[in-house]
Amino acid sequence: MSPARPPEVARTAAPQGRADLANLGRLRRALFGDPLNALLSLGVMALLAWSLPALLRWAVLEAQFSPDVGACEALDHRGACWGVVAEKARFILLGRYPVEQAWCPILAALLIVGGWLGAASGRLPGAAVATGLLLPPLLACALLGGGFAGLEAVPTELWGGLPLTLLLTGAGLAGALPLGIAIAYGRRSSLPLLRALLTAGVELARGIPLVAALFMASFLLPLFFPEGGGLDMLWRVLIAIVLFAAAYLSEIVRGGLQAFPEGQRDAAAALGFDAWQTERWIVLPQVLRQVAPSLANSGIALFKDTSLVTVVSLYELTGSLGLALAGDAQWRPFYLEAWLFIAAIYWIGCSLIARLARLAARGAGPAPTPSVNAP
Amino acid sequence: MPGRRRSAWLAQALTLAAVLALAGLLAATTAGHLQERGIRSGFDFLLEPAGFALGESLLPFEPGDSTLRAFAAGLLNTLRVALPAAALALLIGIAAGFGRLADNPLLRGLATAFVTGVRNLPLLLHLLAWYFILTDLLPPGDAPLNPLPGVFLSKSGLALPWWGETGFEVPEPAGFGFEGGANLTPEYLALLIGLSIYSAAYIAETLRGAVQALPPGQRLSALALGMSARQTFLLVLLPQAWRAALPPVTSQLLNLLKNASLAVAIGYPDLVSVAGTSLNQTGRALECLSIVVAVYLALSLVAAAISHRLEARLFREQGQ
Amino acid sequence: MSPALRLLAATAALTLAPLPALAGKTLDAIKSRGQLACGVSTGVIGFSAADSQGQWKGLDVDVCKAIAAAVLGDPNKVRWVPLSSQQRFTALQSGEVDILSRNTTWSLTRDAGQGLHFAGVTYYDGQGFLVAKKTKVSSAKQLKNAEVCVQSGTTTEKNLSDFARSQGIKIKPVVFDKFEASLKAFFSGRCQAYTTDASALAFIRAKEAPNPDDYLVLPELISKEPLGPAVRRGDDEWFAIVKWTVNALIEAEELGITQARVDSLKSSADPSVQRFLGVGEDLGKNLGLDRDWAGRAIKAVGNYGEIFNRNLGADSPLKLPRGLNAQWNKGGILYAQPLR
Ligand SMILES: N[C@@H](CCC(=O)N[C@@H](CS)C(=O)NCC(=O)O)C(=O)O
Repeated sequence: MSPARPPEVARTAAPQGRADLANLGRLRRALFGDPLNALLSLGVMALLAWSLPALLRWAVLEAQFSPDVGACEALDHRGACWGVVAEKARFILLGRYPVEQAWCPILAALLIVGGWLGAASGRLPGAAVATGLLLPPLLACALLGGGFAGLEAVPTELWGGLPLTLLLTGAGLAGALPLGIAIAYGRRSSLPLLRALLTAGVELARGIPLVAALFMASFLLPLFFPEGGGLDMLWRVLIAIVLFAAAYLSEIVRGGLQAFPEGQRDAAAALGFDAWQTERWIVLPQVLRQVAPSLANSGIALFKDTSLVTVVSLYELTGSLGLALAGDAQWRPFYLEAWLFIAAIYWIGCSLIARLARLAARGAGPAPTPSVNAP
Repeated sequence: MPGRRRSAWLAQALTLAAVLALAGLLAATTAGHLQERGIRSGFDFLLEPAGFALGESLLPFEPGDSTLRAFAAGLLNTLRVALPAAALALLIGIAAGFGRLADNPLLRGLATAFVTGVRNLPLLLHLLAWYFILTDLLPPGDAPLNPLPGVFLSKSGLALPWWGETGFEVPEPAGFGFEGGANLTPEYLALLIGLSIYSAAYIAETLRGAVQALPPGQRLSALALGMSARQTFLLVLLPQAWRAALPPVTSQLLNLLKNASLAVAIGYPDLVSVAGTSLNQTGRALECLSIVVAVYLALSLVAAAISHRLEARLFREQGQ
Repeated sequence: MSPALRLLAATAALTLAPLPALAGKTLDAIKSRGQLACGVSTGVIGFSAADSQGQWKGLDVDVCKAIAAAVLGDPNKVRWVPLSSQQRFTALQSGEVDILSRNTTWSLTRDAGQGLHFAGVTYYDGQGFLVAKKTKVSSAKQLKNAEVCVQSGTTTEKNLSDFARSQGIKIKPVVFDKFEASLKAFFSGRCQAYTTDASALAFIRAKEAPNPDDYLVLPELISKEPLGPAVRRGDDEWFAIVKWTVNALIEAEELGITQARVDSLKSSADPSVQRFLGVGEDLGKNLGLDRDWAGRAIKAVGNYGEIFNRNLGADSPLKLPRGLNAQWNKGGILYAQPLR
């Protein structure tokens, strides 16, 4: 979500040039204006003065950058052992996927992120946006699964790491967004029974934790399928994620639909649009753009929530961290460094989705607004 | 238009029929599969001895107790971590929200770093980090940190003086770990800290949004009346922002309750974890998971009712 | 089943009768798939673990390979499905795997109540404790008030509380749903002891400990853990194939049929050996297989003794003694039902 600037910052940013001195004064007042403020400022400064050098020493000056266990052990945690990242990066990023075909998951990941970029660039018509969201996850599945054009077939148990995280997010969104829109419309229908059923379903999904939904996918769903006709864990988990996310997305879209000015519909009708055309060309595009920040927040939430699938033993990014580190007596002590590595990946991923959503919400034109970066 | 009415009714009847047929089909195939695969079903197992122990429990629990009691202990464990975490999350959230709005750029920077840093990482990652810190970096139980008299911090958790069976007790090292007082395990602590910090970041943003949405005149006139920025925030802005922030903050706290189920990842015996264990020991997946769903739905309803009450009261008070 | 569920079931059954359990359908499915789906652990060296090349190794793995060789003629036509303790039974029940060969204890509730059918015992084990030497614990009886790391969904979890109760001591379990999480907690010092099957403890000490000499497996075994492969209920033909392949592996050791000698022994004069290798009498047709099935299994992985030595015994890093798992006439309790 694009944070609105606090009013006081907007004021300080306004005057230029001759106001430098005044600014300095204001800064001093802001930092040390009254005793409590001064105390807080000094506290923060002390914190920074104490932690930054220590951090620098640990992370850079005394750190070990080569994958040498002996050297890392000798450090005794006085410095970071980034060697663990070098040593384990492939496993953490790609999980147990066969090495010879490592380019498949890499390409799959790029496809999904590329699809998001395309969908968010905003210069494309709605159909292209939909394609950018829907098609890449399908292609990614095909690529990961292999079994064609000389590629070895790779069972879903071996999919893992970042590509799996992206696949679960991408496919989850691709499935949940259309479904969520459908539910939102269904809940506005004139049929009370349909409304009641959908409401019950949405409230049910929103009332339980995702972990419980994943347990259901893992332990309950197989009971519904005939023997042998069942789905792999990955697909079952994906079903759970789609249904779960759709419930949340449908609430957002429904809110947008409710806030939509009725007059536009009347105008469209007067222009000869039928009901379907009105929704497709007039209402939905505006509503989706309106709620894009909330949708993005849901996207970010989904991206983060995919980490939970480790509780049903799918080894996406977080799971493969555990698998790579916990099962290796030598490298196990350097968990923190590996943790920081995937934390950075999640951080970048979340920021990326947030940026993309801002792009998409602005619609046409990629020009970044300068206001956010103003001093 | 009677024709349209009739077709609408027909559509409804068809939906109902379809839903019922689907439910029946699911039930039939499931029942068939259970029978065919020789899996026993029913809720009778709830009254049989659980056979497993729980690492910690507010409700006294022995392996000879019933599985039902294990579920109750799990639910209590969920609340035992979620309620204090909610209180902490509110406190930290208000502080961080205040920091985000502060004039002091250092404070604002710190609060911003906190909020964005926390929100951009999955909760699970937070929990794993806290658990790592508490179990890897702390000293072992036989050489605990002793920051205050009677307070011991180690890989075995935090031992505190507390009221026990014999009145106020001070923990004493005893064999493994400590005896007397209260002992909070690393699993509990990691969950408590992780949940409160994660939710606090969201609450801070909600509060900030609510304060900024207030008409600017409120702030300006408070300042004009000679109130300090802090007084303005605490006495003028926060009380008004509460009203707008209450629904989203409630939903954050509900999220916290649901997020407590991440306990399974770090070995804290919450409701979902107990359900998982029972499910595995008895094979009654359908039964165990429907209990989880029912309990969480009930909790959500209770929480919704409480928040409605609160909202109504807030409106009444402020309306006058 | 509740009456309501039953009523719903009955109504729906009128329109769509549940699929009848076809005899032998598992075997047909495996043949048409060309692959045996074998549920293994996520990594217990000696029983089932993937090496650095992604090749699965271990006693449980060899059981599956033997079956694949007997049924499909190729020990490598196996799809390995790693399963955590929690997931293994659902995976078998739902047909995700054809066989669960994953250090799983044969017990009454699992056999009769959870839709499993154990086909034999491939390793007689018992539950033990692993402790750090610096805790100075030398007997399980000293674990009063100790915190013990354990994986959920195991017999281990329940045995631990039985043991504590029978000793009249309090033991606090710290329960993890994932193997690697439980190991990490133990080696970080979170628990004073780790408990599971003694064979797995040997592996954990040898391969997962930073320094094996700092750790000790306590002498007590607190339970009986007969480990063996299981199949789904409702397919007797498939059950028979698994059961008799396991028997064949054990019988082969008794008969002295080794991997290296399978072919040359075809000309043996011993009628038992002849029968085993399908020379003359055809035992395979009783199982719906060809006459060479048992010979192929031995050729693929060797007899039980060879499998044991390679994965757990003298030729492995674990160096476990045969103990109970020796043949019945060598001081153990391994006793194959006769292949005749
Ligand atoms: N034999 C016991 C314990 C088997 C078991 O699952 N042991 C754990 C601890 S050694 C294990 O194999 N974990 C490996 C995994 O989850 O992949 C049982 O059948 O319940």
